[in-house]
Order: sequence, then structure tokens, then C-alpha cells
Amino acid sequence: MTEASAPAIALKGVTKRFPGVVANDAITLEFHPGEVHALLGENGAGKSTLIGLLAGMQQPDAGSIELFGTPARIASPRDALDRGIGTVFQHVLLVPSLTVIENLMLGGRWWRPLGREAALRRFDELSKMLGVQIDPDAPVGRLELGQQQQVEIIRALWRDAKVLILDEPTSMLTPQGVEDLGRVMRRLAQSGVAVIFITHKLREAYAFGDRISVLRLGKLVGQLPPERLRIMSEAAVTNEVIRLMFGQLRGHSEEAETLVGRGRHGPTRAVDRSGPPRLELVEVSTHADAGECALKGLTLSLWPGEVLGVAGVDGNGQKHLAEVLAGQRPVASGRILIDGEDVTHEGVPERRERGLSYVTDERLGEGTVGVMSVATNLVLKEVGRPPLWRNGVTLWDRIHERAREQVARHDIRTPSERTPVGRLSGGNIQKVLLARELGEAARIAVFNKPTYGLDLQNTSLARQRIRESAERGMATLVISTELDELLEVADRIGVMFQGRLVGVVENADEVEESVGRMMTGAAA
Amino acid sequence: MSPDGSLAAALRVALPILLAFAAGALVLLALGKNPLDYYTFVFRRGLFSWPGLQETITRSAPLLLIAAGLIVAFRAGIWNLGVDGQFLLAAVVCSAVAPWLIGLLPRWLALAASLAVAAGVGASWSLIPALLKARYGVNEIITTLMMSFLGISLANVLIKLVFRDPTTTVPQTPTLPVPYRLPRLFDTTIHFGVVIALVAILLVHFVMTRTAFGLKLRIVGANPRAAVHAGLPMSGLTFATFALSAALIGMGGAVEILGVHGTVRADWNPAYGLLVIPLVFLARFNGLGSILFVLFFAALQIGGESAARRLGVPHYYVLLLVSLVLLFLAIVEYLDHLTARRRTAV
Repeated sequence: MTEASAPAIALKGVTKRFPGVVANDAITLEFHPGEVHALLGENGAGKSTLIGLLAGMQQPDAGSIELFGTPARIASPRDALDRGIGTVFQHVLLVPSLTVIENLMLGGRWWRPLGREAALRRFDELSKMLGVQIDPDAPVGRLELGQQQQVEIIRALWRDAKVLILDEPTSMLTPQGVEDLGRVMRRLAQSGVAVIFITHKLREAYAFGDRISVLRLGKLVGQLPPERLRIMSEAAVTNEVIRLMFGQLRGHSEEAETLVGRGRHGPTRAVDRSGPPRLELVEVSTHADAGECALKGLTLSLWPGEVLGVAGVDGNGQKHLAEVLAGQRPVASGRILIDGEDVTHEGVPERRERGLSYVTDERLGEGTVGVMSVATNLVLKEVGRPPLWRNGVTLWDRIHERAREQVARHDIRTPSERTPVGRLSGGNIQKVLLARELGEAARIAVFNKPTYGLDLQNTSLARQRIRESAERGMATLVISTELDELLEVADRIGVMFQGRLVGVVENADEVEESVGRMMTGAAA
Repeated sequence: MSPDGSLAAALRVALPILLAFAAGALVLLALGKNPLDYYTFVFRRGLFSWPGLQETITRSAPLLLIAAGLIVAFRAGIWNLGVDGQFLLAAVVCSAVAPWLIGLLPRWLALAASLAVAAGVGASWSLIPALLKARYGVNEIITTLMMSFLGISLANVLIKLVFRDPTTTVPQTPTLPVPYRLPRLFDTTIHFGVVIALVAILLVHFVMTRTAFGLKLRIVGANPRAAVHAGLPMSGLTFATFALSAALIGMGGAVEILGVHGTVRADWNPAYGLLVIPLVFLARFNGLGSILFVLFFAALQIGGESAARRLGVPHYYVLLLVSLVLLFLAIVEYLDHLTARRRTAV
């Protein structure tokens, strides 16, 4: 660790304001070459803004940035690349239909001919440095997410980056993929790159970081330098970070647990499975479009009062499972039963009539109509039905009145019930969805990634609602890529692997390991 | 809305129009015409003279029905660009059946039946694009445009081969005698079709804003995936949208025949479709707003047509004005958006 030399990046009192919030508040922070610097904080702590500033997408309102000892203005993303700052964003930004090497050759000047030989040499060089093996001629869409991310890292390093920013890189990876990423970061640091590793999981920050900085509400609230970090145990680090983040307040223990990424196991309630299941899928298969994973003979049963967690790496058929259950995707073969009755060919309204509700993960993509009001979105699935419609005529007054009630009851933060739902924050859009889906009539609930992209408070709120619903006797299916989430809410956990549900197990201690193994398809 | 807000809204419409007239003036100057003369003439002829005003209102009847049809489709996110084919085919069949029906039925009934036939013909001409869209997801912009070319040609074939009036030298359909056409309102030259058109567009406005059916169409238009998620019957709604849109457009063809011409000559094609599309956009698919824009445009058209004869300014200069209005509307909107952002950013 070359502490004596100038830091790769030094932030001096950097402040960035957005309407209504100070996203970064006088942050003074240094990133050193040869170091993996873990930046920890919950959603909304200002991590993304900080990346935006370093990647040249935004300019600070106050303060200055120094690169290797000289003040610099990072004018644009291209400028950031020119200055040796490479960024890997949370979501993969590659062209899936192009091959690995074609993706890497993108982004050159338009008048330059593509130099495949030179590109391949550079690719080999970087692959060796990272210790990864990827076929340069494989279409990116065929690679696993972990490998796609490695391609992103190679692209970020393509032009001799001296600083590599990784924004929540582990959120889409299997446990094995996370380990691989840790190894790659280590090797990069050893070759003198300053690695900035952004995460909201303390465990990963401890495992991979040489230095940990903690952000909270836009402020830098503390730092664990390498010399301290080396001599601390994981438990000590955990306590220290929680103290930094939440001060002496004890009331936040639940949030702290989410942050630590080791939520407590849900109360293993005794679920009565002697009666008939409320929901059954028998050998259900679907047709897949290009790039999707279809269901291939999936079977499951769900009893009243239980939460069945469906784990698995994204892209193993979770989306199809959710859509098939909701009734918005046709079944190719197999049967779906609710209360023993065949509902295989019923659509969304009929299944809703039977009490089945679906909270989608694509809140703005399909869950709501962004340009329409909160009130309209609250009734999106009952358009045309009494009592809010009479003979097909919309009773807007009643709709708005009921929306005002729901906004108040579910604490939806919106200027008015007439505000377009697309203007609300992710957490509030989720509240709109929960209010719409978990009404009195709901008896079966399907959640797809219920806390994806939510901040801590909304995350724990959503999980709390899932548990409460189950306690009231609802049959609940939770699909999630966050194993911690399922450990917290589920009674049983199964794993989606290539369109099937493998190995449903009781949620007990030490279940992580077996589930993690199944996620890779090792013990199907 | 506060008085401040409605003032801003009025300005947002008025400003682009004024700017378009100013920019249009430069074009007139370049043509060696006096813009002031031209504008005065056009408005005196199209709006501020009694015969001109009557002509303007009469002209707006088919335009309003087309606008109503387009609003239904566009709100549902379906880009029906086959207006001219649907309009012309409906007009031709209507002009063929109306004289025949007059001999069978009382006048009112015959006219109503002719209108219904026109609506049906229009709707049927949208059946193939609707089927292709609902079944195979084929882009309706392409299919409706192609069906429009086919429709225009087929209309001419029908006039020349099937419905031809043997007593005339120029190929045309049998003429509906003037006493049997749509009645005039009071002592004017304005025919009853204007009332039908106004009722139609108001009805469309009501359906789109106040009914479950309208809301469903708007959901499909604003976010088709949310419509699937909510379990709306997508293919049924697609067919309904196409049929309703094309039926209204077909009725537009009917009122022009039953109210004004009484016959269709071969190669007659007023090509109203592409004229009304920008107006509907200017009104942001709002029925009430469309009425104003259609009247404004009809006045320009009537004034522009006689200005073409009197002042020698080509009549398609009116189109130039409309496109300038659209252009400035976009610019004003963009500037408005920028300042709004700056205001909230402080």
C-alpha cells in the first residue's frame, strides 16, 4: 500500500445538491492506488451521486476533485475515461447480440477502422491480469451475468484505467460469482489500480475491502483505514460500522440487520400443511422468446399461511413463473389449480376474482402507467367494475376519494392523488402497488423481487407486510435474488434453476449453504 | 387551474401560432407577396365574411369526423395512417347506395342507412391491419398506409367499373339529388353533417375521458405492458379501436358526399387524412381542443383556396403554415420544459 504517494483521487469538500436534498455534503475522501476501497451506505446515502461525479456525469456544486495530486474537472464520461477512470455500473450495459470482442471494440472513434488483432491482444492481456477466461467470440447475451460483468470490467480497464469504480457489482451475482469478483478486485489492486467498490452489504465490504468508508445521508460518517481494519474481527467491524451509521440509536436494529446482510431467520412458524394446498402448479411449461428462460415442467404447492421463497440467479425462469401465476402468460402444458379448481386457462381478472394478486418487480415497466395519476393506478386492475364504474361510466369523484383514503392509510408520499405515479420515488410506487394488490380480497400473493431498488426503510416495510399477510393466512410466494431476504421472510425455500424449481427445503439454520449450492445447479 | 395557469396554457398555444405567421410572412416576402395583404385576405375570406364562415364550418364537418377517428386510435397508441383510403372508399360506396336507398326508404332513414354503410365500409377497410396487429404484432403504420393506397385505387376502380353513372361522360357515381341531401341548417349553406360531426367528436371526448372503455384504450396506449399486466383483452381492444376509428373516418366521407357533393368523380381525393393528423397532435388528442384547431385550419383552407385564385399564392402554402405551427409548438414546449426545470433546480 503506497500511502506516501499522491492518492489517485482526492475529493475535497465535495458537495452536490439536488432539488430538496443535499446528495453529497462536503465529502472529503481519498482513494489510493493499490487499494480496494469499499464505500458502504444504504440506498440514498449518496453513493450513486459520488459515482456520477467521478464518472463525469455530473459536476460538483462546491469543493474540488484532484487526480494524482492535480486539480481536475471531469467534464464528461468520455473525459473520465481519458483521465483513466473506468466505471462498471450496476446494470450491464453491453449489446447482447454482439460478441465479447465486438462489444469491446465499440466506443472507438467512428472514423477508425476496427482493429480486431490489436483488440484480441489487449483482451488476452487484461484477461490474464484479471485471471478470467472468456471466449472473445461468444455473444454477450449467452454469457452468465458474472461473466458479462467481467467483460464490463475489461471494458472499463480497456484504456489503461488507473481507477476502477464498481457500483453495487454483487447484486446480480451468485455466491460463487461474488467470490470470483473478489479475486478479480484483489488482482487489480495488486497491479496498482485504485478500486472503488460500492456496496450496501457489510459482509462484502469486510471480505474484499482494504479500507471501508461509510456514507450516510450524503455525509461521510466514518472510515476504517487498513491498519485498523487488519486487526479487527468481522464482528468488531460490524459493530463499528453500525455505530457509525446509526449512532447510539437502538431503534434501527432491523435496518442494521438488512445492512449487515444477515437478516434474522423468519420465525419458523408451524405451517399446517395437512389440508389441501391453496395453489398448485403441476408440470407447468411455457414457450420462451429469444433471450428468455421458459418454465420446463415446474411443480409446486403452496399452503395457506405460508411463505414460499423462490431463490435463484436471475434469468432462470422467475419472470415466467410470476407471469404464469398472475395469468398474464399462457401455459404451454401442465395445470394450475387454485383451491383444487383448474384455473390454467383463466386470465388476470378471473384469477384476481379468486383472490390471487401479483406484485411485479417492474413497477414502472408494467406495474403502473407512469403518466397516469396515483388514483388511476390504484384502480388499474378493476377498470369498468362497480362500484367505481356505473354502466361503464367512470365515477372519478369516488375513485379520487378512495385514492385519498389509500394514500393516507398506506403512507404514500405524493403531492396529491392526481399526481402522475411516475413522479414518485421507487418506494412510494411500491406502496401504490402493495395498496392495490394486498386488499381485503387477496388470498394468494405473488411477489417478484419485492424490495428491488428500495431503500432500507421501505425494504423492511415491504418485508414486514409480507410476513403480516402470511400470518393472516395468506398463501404467499416470494421470488427474490437476494437470499438474505428469503431467509428473513420465507418458511420454505426452493431454487429456480433453468426453468425448474429444485430442492424445496425448510428455512432452518445453515440452509444458506445448500441453497447456494443449488443456485449454481450443483445439487439439482 | 389558477388564472395564471390558464393564461400560460393559452400562451403556449397562441405563441407558436403567432411565430408561425411571422415566419410564414418571411416566406411570402421571398415569394414577392405582401404578407399583410395575404393574411388579411385569408381571414376576411375564411372567417370574417358570412359566406366564408359558412364554407369554413361546412368544411370542418369531415375534418371533425376524421379528427374524432384519429383521437380514438392515437389515444390507444395505434397509428392509423390509412385515413384517405378509409375515407374515400366509404365515400364512394355511400354515394352509390344513397341514391338507391332514397328510392326505398323515407329520406331520414335512407340518409342514416347510408351513413351506417359508410361507417361499416370504413371499419372493414381497417380489418386487415387490425388482424395483423392483434395476431402477429405487425406495425400498423405500414399496413394502414398500404391499405390506404389500395383503398384509393379500389375506390377509383369501383367508380369506373361498378358504380358508374351511365348518363355522364366523366366517370362518376350516380348523383344524389339536392333535395335529398343532408338538410341545411336554418337559412344557411351549412348542412346537418356538421351537427353529426360535432356530436361525434364530443361523444368521443366523453368516452375517452369518462368511461371504462376510454380508460382501457388510454392504458393500452400509454403502457401496453401495463395493460397486459392488468389483464385487459388486448386483441379485442385492438379490433375495437381500429373499427371505431375507421368507422368515424368513413362517416367523414359520407357527410362530405351526402352534404356537399352528392357524387364522387373518378380521381377525386381531397387527402384530408394527412392534414388532420398534425391538428390532432396540436390539440394533444383532446377532443375539445381539436374542434378549435379544425375550425382554425378550415378557415385557413377556405381563405387559402380563394387567395390562391386571387393573390396567386399556392394553396398548399396553408400546409406550410400548419407545419410551422407544429415546429414552433415543439420549440415553445421545449423552452417551457427547460425553464420549468431550471425553476425547480434552484
